[in-house]
Amino acid sequence: MKAFGSGHGACPGCGLPIAVKNVLESVAPCFVVNSTGCLEIISSQYGKSAWGVPYIHSLFENAAAVAAGIEVALKALGRTDEGPIVVFAGDGATADIGIGMLSGMFDRRHNVLYVCLDNEAYQNTGNQQSGLTPTGCYTTTTPSGKMLPGKLGPKKDMVAIALAHKVPYVATASVAFPRDIRRKAKRALDFDGPKYLQIHSPCVTGWGIEGRQAIPIARLAVETGLYPILEYEYGKLVRVRKIKQRKPVEEYLKLQKRYRHLLKHPRGYEIMEELQRIADENAMKFGLDV
Amino acid sequence: MIRITLGAVSKPLESLKIKTGDWGAEYPVIDEEKCIGCGECEIFCPDLCIELVERPESKKEESKKAKKVAKINYNYCKGCGICEVVCPAEAIKMELKEIYKGELK
Amino acid sequence: MMRVVRGFYSVAYSVKLCKPNVICAYPITPQTEIVERLAEMYANGELENCEYVTAESEFGAASILVGASAAGARTFTATCSQGLILMSEVLWNAAGMRLPIVLVNTNRSLSAPLSIWNDHQDSMAMRDAGIIQVYVENNQEVHDMIPQAFKIAEDRRVMLPFMVCMDGYKLTHAYEPVDLLSQELVDSFLPPYDPPIKLTTKNPLTFGSYATPDYYMEFRVAMHNAMERARRVMEEVFREWAEVSGRDWGGHITNSQEAETYVIAMGSLVGLVRDVVEELRKDGKSVGLIKLRTFRPFPAKELRKALKDANKVIIFERSLSLGSEPPVTLDVKSAIQKMDVDVYSLVVGLGGRDVPREVVKRNIEDVLDGKTEPGLHFEAKQFEEVIV
Repeated sequence: MKAFGSGHGACPGCGLPIAVKNVLESVAPCFVVNSTGCLEIISSQYGKSAWGVPYIHSLFENAAAVAAGIEVALKALGRTDEGPIVVFAGDGATADIGIGMLSGMFDRRHNVLYVCLDNEAYQNTGNQQSGLTPTGCYTTTTPSGKMLPGKLGPKKDMVAIALAHKVPYVATASVAFPRDIRRKAKRALDFDGPKYLQIHSPCVTGWGIEGRQAIPIARLAVETGLYPILEYEYGKLVRVRKIKQRKPVEEYLKLQKRYRHLLKHPRGYEIMEELQRIADENAMKFGLDV
Repeated sequence: MIRITLGAVSKPLESLKIKTGDWGAEYPVIDEEKCIGCGECEIFCPDLCIELVERPESKKEESKKAKKVAKINYNYCKGCGICEVVCPAEAIKMELKEIYKGELK
Repeated sequence: MMRVVRGFYSVAYSVKLCKPNVICAYPITPQTEIVERLAEMYANGELENCEYVTAESEFGAASILVGASAAGARTFTATCSQGLILMSEVLWNAAGMRLPIVLVNTNRSLSAPLSIWNDHQDSMAMRDAGIIQVYVENNQEVHDMIPQAFKIAEDRRVMLPFMVCMDGYKLTHAYEPVDLLSQELVDSFLPPYDPPIKLTTKNPLTFGSYATPDYYMEFRVAMHNAMERARRVMEEVFREWAEVSGRDWGGHITNSQEAETYVIAMGSLVGLVRDVVEELRKDGKSVGLIKLRTFRPFPAKELRKALKDANKVIIFERSLSLGSEPPVTLDVKSAIQKMDVDVYSLVVGLGGRDVPREVVKRNIEDVLDGKTEPGLHFEAKQFEEVIV
């Protein structure tokens, strides 16, 4: 049986199914816990489930805890051989409303692979800002106007937060590189305890892009240094995706409606400089440049 | 009379009955001559509707490149065009569906 | 085995005998010592095939049990007050997913103002969640109720969460003689949990689907039907328990006296009201006690029957519904509508305010003597409101 099937309701060009099917390719058969959000809505309507693995959706903020509950139950019932436990949660569910329960799951060392599907805003409710929305980004709750140039402040560093919990395997990936997602999901299962994998995934409607552009744009996020592809084992950076010729962030920004205001806004140049500085810092910090 | 399950539990993969193939205005067409059977389109397809199949025996002779060829299940293809973009052999072209052709009257 | 134990221990020991697979909780006064006792048992290896999990919040604790219960585990938690309210989103969800989680609520008031003391506002706020609620009178009853709670909740005709409500401090911290159950007795009464469906890779079902307007309503009606079926199941289980344990706690309500005026009480207040009623009956007053054990499903039929020849009913309320009448009063009034019975709703003992014998006696006597009008009354001090 396929782990995840056709007929789901994702928008054409959505990155989420690309991330999900490639994670499952490496880890199924497994248990899937899904927070409320786009993925849940497109895949779990009553009588129309797209899941071929045992799946549970409870609430928005508690996927990490529900996964922990499955893990301890399988332990108590002597059924740990049934398969690994994987969480799919959006960036808001992970970095905002569910961060307490994620911290608890990390802290208690549950044997759970937590996958954050990062499309950089609350896309299911129509593009509101989350803790993982990048600087300068337009969302419906951080619109650009006379006062504001989009979101102020940085994207929350969930990788650092996971590392601070001594999570033994922490990695980022992008739907632009699905073979890397497969390898990382497989590698994650080599580690006992919690695993954190954050996958950058374009949202066609929220980012204001065409479906066909999703992959080139996701690739540009990596190639500009804005979304570094990292892999930590036991707190040590073991691998990064190197960039041959790092591109200016403007090339990435100008293709998306969510950043287009920066080209006209009085503070737009300042924000773009800030984003370039973030990309440069990433390149330095993680040694991204070849 | 409808039947409902305990706690709204659903059976697996019932989504397969939803044919999303009528969503898009465009559809991908694979040039089997150009297809190198690399599987990039399959690995990216968000609607899980591309698979690599054995090239028909009759055509294996003609194509020296690959034994496998991509095949699209149009029942589910939403026409996003990702396969066209990621294909390294330029073997996929998006085409407008017949019903969308012509002027609106 | 008769022992003098505190309420916590009475609960924890009974939970242990029920062989739960996952226990998860977050500390909150006055519940904490229940899970501390269970944690000790776990640490000492007394809980077999069981995992004890310390959650980062009550929300987390309830969520962990959702996952565990869906995976086929027998699950237990204890909480109260702010903890219960924090859990509420999860508990509504668990009820909708038909997960038979058993919890003990050590009834405590709600903030603000902050108060750690007892009343029933916390569990009453969960009234509509689809959770079975039973209120116990003493520590023997709570000890006996835990195995019954699992059996009822896990019955395939029911499959709903079960909340055993015991008064915080008044019962939790009280030393009482309790006849501790034996493992053999509980084993013979309570079979291992065998859910009709569970999360397993052997049969990959989707739990927690969302329902469109085409289906949602039927799922909620199905929950209501399960709650209705629970009435019968509970009666069966209560009777079976009386047979196997030799202790008959009665049905959804208990009343044995013929009277013109009835007094309805719940929880630990029942004992005191019983004493006062006995005393008044000795003085020739036509007054009787109704102990309300089950609050959800609400025993409307039983109350209607009990009150068929009554003139007056007094309800000692331990809770409020601000801007309306208190919850038990509303349900009692609904149960006896069109019957010619005057209803006296007396709110007592909020936030741990002591309810002494004199207060109970005076309130009942004033109703019997016609000094109190029907309606809502507060046993509160006179006060003047000022800004600061």
